Amino acid sequence: MSIEELLERYTRRDKLPHIWCPGCGNGIIMGAVIRALDQAGVDQKKTVIVSGIGCSSRAPGYMKFDTLHTTHGRALAYATGVKLARPELKVVVLTGDGDCAAIGGNHLIHAARRNIDLTVVVFNNDIYGMTGGQYSPLTPQGSYATTAPYGTVDRNFDLCELVKAAGGTYVARGTTYHTRMLIDLISAGLGHKGFSFIEVVSQCPMYYGRKNKLASAVAMLEWQKEHAVPVKAAAKLTPEQLKGKFVIGELHREEAPEYTEVYAEVVARARGEEK
Amino acid sequence: MSTTEVRLSGFGGQGLITAGIILAEAAILDGKNAVQSQSYGPEARGGASKAEVIISDGDIEYPKVGDADVFLAMSQAACDKYAKALRPSGVLIVDTDHVKNVPAFSGKTYSVPITKIAVRETGKELVANIVALGVLVGLTGLVSREALETAVLDRVPPKTKDLNKQALAAGFAAAEEILGKEGE
Amino acid sequence: MANDRRAQLLSGNEACVRGALAAGVRFFAGYPITPSTEIAEGLAAALPKVGGTFIQMEDEIASMGAVIGASLAGVKAMTATSGPGFSLKQENIGFAAMAEVPCVIVDVQRYGPSTGLPTSPAQGDIMQARWGTHGDHPIIALMPASVRETFDLTVEAFNLAEELRTPVILLLDEIVGHMRERVELPPDESVHVVNRTKPVEDPETFQPYKPGPNLVPPMPAFGDGYHFHVTGLAHDESGFPTGRGQDADRLVRRLHAKIQNRKPPVARAEEWQLEDAEIVVVAAGSVARSARAAVREARVRGIKAGLLRPITAWPFPENEVREAARRAAAMIVPELNLGQIVREVERVSGGETKIVPLNRIDAELITPAEILERIQEVAAHVD
Repeated sequence: MSIEELLERYTRRDKLPHIWCPGCGNGIIMGAVIRALDQAGVDQKKTVIVSGIGCSSRAPGYMKFDTLHTTHGRALAYATGVKLARPELKVVVLTGDGDCAAIGGNHLIHAARRNIDLTVVVFNNDIYGMTGGQYSPLTPQGSYATTAPYGTVDRNFDLCELVKAAGGTYVARGTTYHTRMLIDLISAGLGHKGFSFIEVVSQCPMYYGRKNKLASAVAMLEWQKEHAVPVKAAAKLTPEQLKGKFVIGELHREEAPEYTEVYAEVVARARGEEK
Repeated sequence: MSTTEVRLSGFGGQGLITAGIILAEAAILDGKNAVQSQSYGPEARGGASKAEVIISDGDIEYPKVGDADVFLAMSQAACDKYAKALRPSGVLIVDTDHVKNVPAFSGKTYSVPITKIAVRETGKELVANIVALGVLVGLTGLVSREALETAVLDRVPPKTKDLNKQALAAGFAAAEEILGKEGE
Repeated sequence: MANDRRAQLLSGNEACVRGALAAGVRFFAGYPITPSTEIAEGLAAALPKVGGTFIQMEDEIASMGAVIGASLAGVKAMTATSGPGFSLKQENIGFAAMAEVPCVIVDVQRYGPSTGLPTSPAQGDIMQARWGTHGDHPIIALMPASVRETFDLTVEAFNLAEELRTPVILLLDEIVGHMRERVELPPDESVHVVNRTKPVEDPETFQPYKPGPNLVPPMPAFGDGYHFHVTGLAHDESGFPTGRGQDADRLVRRLHAKIQNRKPPVARAEEWQLEDAEIVVVAAGSVARSARAAVREARVRGIKAGLLRPITAWPFPENEVREAARRAAAMIVPELNLGQIVREVERVSGGETKIVPLNRIDAELITPAEILERIQEVAAHVD
């Protein structure tokens, strides 16, 4: 499908242009999500896109689906309600690193634990952009932010490891540089039955970049290219060799009972007992 | 309009809140009005527990029991705490297995080895609450025996129906024995 | 008669479960908290039997979020909590008000502030129900005084939520929630049930926040093909964020007006022995039970007392209170807090009558004797 056709079919063109800064990775991710939805062949009428608060969470407003822009950190909680009420709907959650790893961290681990069939795409730009450049739980330790003028003290999360440990059954990491791979990773997540989690390493030249001497989007994408190691290549490297790098690709996949399917069995059991 | 206020108190885990519910349900089966309320501590077992039941022919507005007409004490602490909150003409029933010091009181006092009866007659201390209900209703006639038995059997797990029936009968028998002695 | 099966013994919390089921609830998300937990337990057992869904979420905030999500997916949804959890839910209650998502929040009030006395009664959340979330939002809060009324007002909470597309709070207190009472419940088929109005427009031209004649926009469900957007940001009739103050103004005024203008009024109160009352007791929830007993006894003693019982805490029954204030020599306001309903009574009565608060915060219900004593004191000064 051409860009024009994709835009026409999947976006609310009257809501464009978007609010994101020049060089921001959010548009690339939204584009990848749209292409992945198209590639996975989801039913547009039966797809709900849910977001929290932050730059990333404005994406659903531009997308021609049923869309729900919730409160800060709570996208997964709202999405859980949508999915449980109508399990036949495909529910996609678009969230940011602050939204899902800080204020929404509890919902993230519990949604993963339940293995509820949601597809979560995290726009990880290592910073709170909407509020102007404060550090998030994913900001690399020692980086600068408006609230870390001397460098961050906090250690940063590896969200993919967290979600895997919590019970997520599809975990992947992509970047805004490796867009073809990103589309495939999201598309695979959409096709997976269970809790699917795709972290997207993105760039915020405006806040993270300027604070950390990476003032151009191009430089930040170059950084991604140089530091990302595909899963297969990473398998051959020692931890020492991987130091300072990050692994991209499908990191984890397993089959496990999905929450709404198990709950449907509960319903059948409860109704059976009444006979 | 006749109204009777009942307080059941002892340890958590003795089943007194269940007993209060059953008593209120029995009153309803008798066509009367009833309200049951309770208070309890954070402990599921062993803390203080109190159930209150008001039985009336008319409306019941204030749902709490002030001075009770009937007070069942199944722990010393409960007896010490609430014996004062009894109407002068009221009825005090104590489980002698748990209450050693029975306070002097102007109304009627019945000292009954409720827990011992439960163990002796059924082998289960667990049903002391049902024995207590049998004793209480046997002594006071607050609800009909038929209604009480129906209410007990409605509430308890199916597998324990016989056990509870036995416990209730033991309670009724204990009350009859006491009343029989009184009549002598 | 030892087998009268017309009635049953139910607690307020159990009646709430029955009412919710009669109203058609199909989703419950909650988190365990005393003294509301029996509502979650009851619905965990009952909902699967009617094809509904129960989930115990990871926290109070998530529960409220899930309820809103489920409602947007088209089902009647509720949660139940108590003070600490009610505090945590507030932000998302505000979202439900702003985005006009029908839902029912039960708050079984317990003693606070903070963890307080978890198993003891209070009426300390009346103002929180009104003003708990930020911004100038409207709210509906209902305050039953009996087990049967808990059933009825649970149904009404759902009906109002669905009709007006708004969160509705059912404000129980520990006494009403936990006391068991003789009740005769109506058969489900005789219960009046309201469902949300769905749009009939073509999805292409549909404006999701364009109000209908009652100021309430018809509401599609996710998956119905309308591709609509829902946000807590100030939005225009298209549902999309607007940076313009006048759009926000129009929206928030309409949110208030749809509740204020509703016919018959949402606000209501029970009036008992009020016709010739010189001393009016204004009491709600469990305290109204004591107040009624006190008024009855005062009448026996020749004092012209009456009871005005707000059934809706919010909107406050202003007309009823104003009218009573005009005729009464004094109003006594007993409540299980240090003065919340009394502020509204003072505001509404506009100095027309003497207002006498009666407050108790020792975790016990105010007794009829205490209220009677206050009535007698006031009567001695009135004559």
